[in-house]
Amino acid sequence: MKVLVTGIGCVSAIGTNVNDHLLSFQEKRSGLGPVTLFPTNHTEPVAEVKLSNTVLKNKLGLPEQAVISRTALLGMLAAREAFEDADLSGVTNLRIGLISSNSTGGMDLSEHFYPEFRQDPTRGNLHDIASHDPGDSTERIARLLGLNGFRTTISTACSSATNAIMLGARLIRQGILDIVIAGGTDALCKFTLNGFGSLLILDKTPCRPFDASRAGLNLGEGAGYLVLQSEKTSYRKTYCTLAGYANANDAFHQTASSSDGNGAYLAMKGALEKAGLSPDSIDYINAHGTGTPNNDASESAAIQRLFGNRIPPFSSTKAFTGHTLGAAGGVEAVFSVLALHHGILYPNLNFNQPIAETGLIPVTEYQTGVSIRSVLSNSFGFGGNNTSLLFRK
Amino acid sequence: MSKQTIYINSIASTLPDTQDSPEFVPGKQVSIQEPDYKTLIPDATLRRRMSRIVRMGVATGMQCLNKFPNAPVDAILTATGYGCLGDTEKFMNTLLDNHEQMLTPTAFIQSTFNTIGAQIALLSKNHGYNNTYTHRAFSFESALLDAILLLREEEASNVLVGAIDEMTPTVYEILKRLGLWRNALAGEGANFAILSTTAIPESYAVLEGIELFNGTYSAAEIQERIHNYLVQKEEKNVTVLFPSDYKKICGEYPTAMAYAFNTCCKHLQSGEIKTPILVYNTFLGNHSFIFLKPV
Repeated sequence: MKVLVTGIGCVSAIGTNVNDHLLSFQEKRSGLGPVTLFPTNHTEPVAEVKLSNTVLKNKLGLPEQAVISRTALLGMLAAREAFEDADLSGVTNLRIGLISSNSTGGMDLSEHFYPEFRQDPTRGNLHDIASHDPGDSTERIARLLGLNGFRTTISTACSSATNAIMLGARLIRQGILDIVIAGGTDALCKFTLNGFGSLLILDKTPCRPFDASRAGLNLGEGAGYLVLQSEKTSYRKTYCTLAGYANANDAFHQTASSSDGNGAYLAMKGALEKAGLSPDSIDYINAHGTGTPNNDASESAAIQRLFGNRIPPFSSTKAFTGHTLGAAGGVEAVFSVLALHHGILYPNLNFNQPIAETGLIPVTEYQTGVSIRSVLSNSFGFGGNNTSLLFRK
Repeated sequence: MSKQTIYINSIASTLPDTQDSPEFVPGKQVSIQEPDYKTLIPDATLRRRMSRIVRMGVATGMQCLNKFPNAPVDAILTATGYGCLGDTEKFMNTLLDNHEQMLTPTAFIQSTFNTIGAQIALLSKNHGYNNTYTHRAFSFESALLDAILLLREEEASNVLVGAIDEMTPTVYEILKRLGLWRNALAGEGANFAILSTTAIPESYAVLEGIELFNGTYSAAEIQERIHNYLVQKEEKNVTVLFPSDYKKICGEYPTAMAYAFNTCCKHLQSGEIKTPILVYNTFLGNHSFIFLKPV
């Protein structure tokens, strides 16, 4: 049974809806800038969504005084766009599921709660901590969209949303659900900014994925969701199919990737096998490409191992959006679907010099009119958690 | 739902100290039996670096794997409602105390929700499918559903599924202020199981079904739903366990269902319970049934 993509929605530093993103890519407009969302000593660039929580609440028709995490607000905005894009509002006779994901739940609000609480455990506004768990934002998205059926939340760090989309496709193929809204959301917060800072992998300048001089990643925030639908159901339009997917574990180190990119290789190879395709049928790879020395070397090695000397066009979009962590797989799945649908390739910003060991050169210009039938989207997370999705016309 | 029989072939649990229901004191913390860490995680440096929840989860997961004669497993699935909160808090405190300067990454790394599943993969050198669910009282149930899918898809023959939640002083205090301990014991635990498509002499039980639903229901409506479920399963003589039946022993926590699941498996294997068992769980509008049968 085929799984169709019938709706898409995303928000990131380069746009608050799908169309905004296409324009930013076309104009090579990065979303990187200084931190404005919270006071911090960190001066590294980040990619913030250019909407305050109040504006987000207004857009969503929610009361301004409601205590809702930014993680949930971003997720609601993108999930609603996907939901409306697939024209699901009138659908009542089908089993609709919601599979969301994030890396740190409502941490943006927990950061308000905790400083007071740790001085005095009877203090700290309880509303600010009630959304700490990753499931909270999922429940809120379900409520906003009027979904009463199956919902769950995945949290596997930076591959979270990719795993959510994969689970959605599997539940449809097994006949358990007819339609699934799947993806992820993450808001920038002090906790993760300092976490990645402590790992010494934040670049002080805009990140340079796959470049020889790359020195780390920039954090971002956002949300991205797909509507997946069984081909047996009726739908207004379809972008493409989700033809393959695989998750594999690098089982090498808690945070670092193996030098031969074994987990990444297994994930991409598994997605191809699931789709019944050979490597030469891939027309574009939206790479994980964080800009850290370790990830990009490891991912490059895996790409070379799988594709040999016929490397398909590939690029990382993270110099536009920053690394949106738990949302990255959702945001980039939307980009992958758009690449297929419109025949476009995204530029990998800030690339000058290939990595000596691999010599791989990503796409550096925005290209249109490209014949694209199959796209791979990679997301790799802490704990060696590697997932690839394969979209096909 | 099941097209093929799914067997539970190994279990490991940090069972509460006593299996008798203790005198009910609201908010009392249930004490659990932590596994023998030294034998299950022999690397002393690694063991020391792990926080309590990670150590507890990894050791219980490894124990479950070690007891399984048909290792290795093809996939590792974990579930946690709260995640590694001790590490989260530790990193947050250092961040605040040091004004974002000179931070070491260990607590941050371990605060990630999939740390336990990843560490088990690392220790058992498992390159297979690895996923982590964290959706309140659906966390364990979602992992179980994923395991059923993997077995049905023939992507796996044996899957490790586990759930871990820890009661830290901060969680305790916050939930106390939220009023949770007025009618509940405070629980925690690590509970793992291996689900397989083939029976072995040690098989504990058969997983017959799982159902998840949402909303607000009266006790009568839940009874009716259970009745309808069993009619549909064509089962009459069934032991039905309600949350109060097992949470009076294991306490309240998001993945308490995993404790109930493991305990039922044990009772079905020992013959202490001879009928099929339906376990019902509910927490914050999420409801679930798990239906188990003797092998």
